Amino acid sequence: MQLETIKAPGSPTEGQETFVLNLGPQHPATHGVLRVKLTMDGEYITRAEPVCGYIHRMHEKMGENRTYAQFLPNTSRIDYLSAMHYTHAFVGVVERAVGIEVPPRAEYVRVITSELNRIASHLVWFGAFLLDLGGFTPLLYAFDDREKILDLLEGITGARLTYCYYRFGGLYNDVDEAFLTGTREFVTYMRPRLDMYRELVTGNVILRKRLEGIGPISAKTCRKYGATGPVIRGSGVAHDVRKVMPYSVYSDLDFDIPVFPECDCMARYLVRMEEMAQSLRLIEQALARLPAGPFVAAKVPRVIKLPPGDYYYAVEAARGRFAVRVVSDGKEIPYRVKLRTPSFANLTLFEEASRGMMLPDALALLGSLDLVIPDIDR
Amino acid sequence: MTLSEPYRLFFYLFGTMAFVGLNAAYLVWVERKGAARFQRRSGPTEVGPAGLLQPIADALKLLSKQVLVPPEADRTLFRLAPVLVMAPALMCLSTLPYSERLGARDLNLGLVLVFAFGSINVMAIMLGGWASRNKYAIISSARIVSQNVAYEIPMLLTVITLLMITGTMNLREIVEQQAGGFWNWNICKLTANPLMPVTFVIFFICMLAETNRAPFDMAEAESELVAGAFTEYGGMGFGVFFMAEYANILVGCSLATILFFGGWQSPIGVLPGHLWFLLKLYALIFTVVWVRWTFPRTQFYRLLNLSWKVLIPLSLVTLVLTSAMLKLF
Amino acid sequence: MKRALRDLLTGFGSLLTGMRITLQQFFKPPVTVHYPHEALKMPARYRGHILLVRDPETGKSLCIACKSCEKACPSDCIVVEGIKREGDKKKSVTDFKLDFTKCSLCGSCVEVCPVDALEFSKEYNLASTSKEAFYQIDLVKRVEARDP
Repeated sequence: MQLETIKAPGSPTEGQETFVLNLGPQHPATHGVLRVKLTMDGEYITRAEPVCGYIHRMHEKMGENRTYAQFLPNTSRIDYLSAMHYTHAFVGVVERAVGIEVPPRAEYVRVITSELNRIASHLVWFGAFLLDLGGFTPLLYAFDDREKILDLLEGITGARLTYCYYRFGGLYNDVDEAFLTGTREFVTYMRPRLDMYRELVTGNVILRKRLEGIGPISAKTCRKYGATGPVIRGSGVAHDVRKVMPYSVYSDLDFDIPVFPECDCMARYLVRMEEMAQSLRLIEQALARLPAGPFVAAKVPRVIKLPPGDYYYAVEAARGRFAVRVVSDGKEIPYRVKLRTPSFANLTLFEEASRGMMLPDALALLGSLDLVIPDIDR
Repeated sequence: MTLSEPYRLFFYLFGTMAFVGLNAAYLVWVERKGAARFQRRSGPTEVGPAGLLQPIADALKLLSKQVLVPPEADRTLFRLAPVLVMAPALMCLSTLPYSERLGARDLNLGLVLVFAFGSINVMAIMLGGWASRNKYAIISSARIVSQNVAYEIPMLLTVITLLMITGTMNLREIVEQQAGGFWNWNICKLTANPLMPVTFVIFFICMLAETNRAPFDMAEAESELVAGAFTEYGGMGFGVFFMAEYANILVGCSLATILFFGGWQSPIGVLPGHLWFLLKLYALIFTVVWVRWTFPRTQFYRLLNLSWKVLIPLSLVTLVLTSAMLKLF
Repeated sequence: MKRALRDLLTGFGSLLTGMRITLQQFFKPPVTVHYPHEALKMPARYRGHILLVRDPETGKSLCIACKSCEKACPSDCIVVEGIKREGDKKKSVTDFKLDFTKCSLCGSCVEVCPVDALEFSKEYNLASTSKEAFYQIDLVKRVEARDP
């Protein structure tokens, strides 16, 4: 497959004196505290070295000092924009290890809330990405839609961002009728809004010229660095944890994975826009199939102790594959909690992908990777 | 009522400065409220009714800040640059007629004067960036110069197209030729130039680029990284640059109204001339604000490509077409 | 040549479509809730800091000072003390301090309480000039001051 790069006129000249520019920890375009040391030759980047760790909060260490139930609030805070997925992975690994059977109503509610959270996360990405490119208005429209999701989730969980909603064996509390009606209304409201974004933003010639052909990342590079999520799906590889290693009730639901082969920023952009539409489809199906019943398993041990061993659970979070690996030695406190976060892998390919790019294009590439820095540093 | 010469000078001097000052301040309010409404928000509401005193609060804030001249900067040029950016806008307004009787000077070369002063504007921004002795300011101001020079050419070509139709450079006469209903406005003169709306669009785009407005705002917003040509300016130094930007928009939109939309001519003879002029002027300014808040920014080389590869050929085409039509019909 | 012209026209058309959409949004009402002058209603399950539930009969809290919440809290926010008075079947609480500066609103304490003595408040407006508003919130004092 030929990768066509549209290069900016001129190119980095050999042997020119380079200078180091610091895309410092405080910067509007890095969406968090990420420092990138850019070695630049005039306008072109010869080397980009990301320096992370400015927001390292020691979640994995905290996992070694807290019981399984006490670690739950941490899971929402690793990547606060798609908190439901992260809690899902952690409760999933414990349920898988202990053998707790989650009732179907809880599984379907988990799917609904996870997909709502995915849409909310993609809306934040959409607004922030366009803000980097200079279009200020779609941010506000996206946040208006996101408010509706946050109000729905606040109605059942009580929180807007760090939900801490799932428990071992099910949910914290049941959903009420207001949530179900509200979600149905939201799905009918959101579809025309996605069409509006397509007309206003995706079809816009300025945006297309800004993103098409910029920042090519081949599938080989993605595999080399372990990039997952929309990054690898924008490079032509149909890899989605919900299809490859289905969890929860995703194997019973009918949805497509958007894959675009062009490998440029536009492909990653289109993958995320399509994912929002597919999430709406999933929510509709889950709402239709929602069974009555208990929202939490009947027999959940009061004190959770995992049998000694090594357990793993992966979910498709908004940014890619998030996985929890718990090593237990039989006590109520885990021996080791390893969090495999998608943004870390997605960030590491920035160094190779940004060589020789002009600075605004590199910033567009950084935006299209959809990094959340607390996710990188944990 | 004709005034004698000294009173006339006085009236136009203070009138122009007051008009520009008031507009520069309140166009900020229009921009903020307009941006807010496009984004489904409310904009400034606290200071004064509907936020009308907000520009005064902003002006007081800017006035109270220290104007720091960087130690290595060229002091004279650094202080001169904001003045030089504001002055051409004020000078251009001396040639623009706002109604049959409101017009500071009725010059036969009014149109050329406006573009001459526009070029001084470019040089002044370059001086501002150069005098700052700041690496990034220089890069930014160099970009602004190349952008402005690139876009002056299609602008002048469209104006030449118009000149062939009007036959005069006197702005008052240009407006007087468009009398008698809106089908006589230059934008509707399709018998002379079938691509007249295209000419207007080219002129509008060039005006946006000349005034460094989005989507061509490389100067201010390449501050993805650093703050652009005005990095070292603080307090009122920055305030004057800011006001000058709005004054330039004012001049650009006034010129567009005069050249294409009939100046003070009213489509229905109800209101006095200057009110129609202001109505058209503010409609165009609203469009400028509208365009800013709708589109993302282009990349720098695409901006220049747009000018050299798209706008110049198009304006040459309209020029040739107009001359052909005028010769044949 | 033809393709370039067609690209130009579709490109320009996309710009006009974008402007039409923003103009439509211009005429819709703003969604802002002007906060100090207007306020949103908190949903029923909103998670503010915890409060002791007031028993309508006795006017005191239902807490039996079993310290389950203290053990369940991930952030060591709760300190509970209680005594068993003469003639009572269960302990009653004498001291319940919440360190809200560390609380993450996870709800484990509310969930684990065997007598449902804890609930979330709806307070979100917590700016204060005194430390007692968040540092060691005295919930026993607050429960006695609550409306029945």
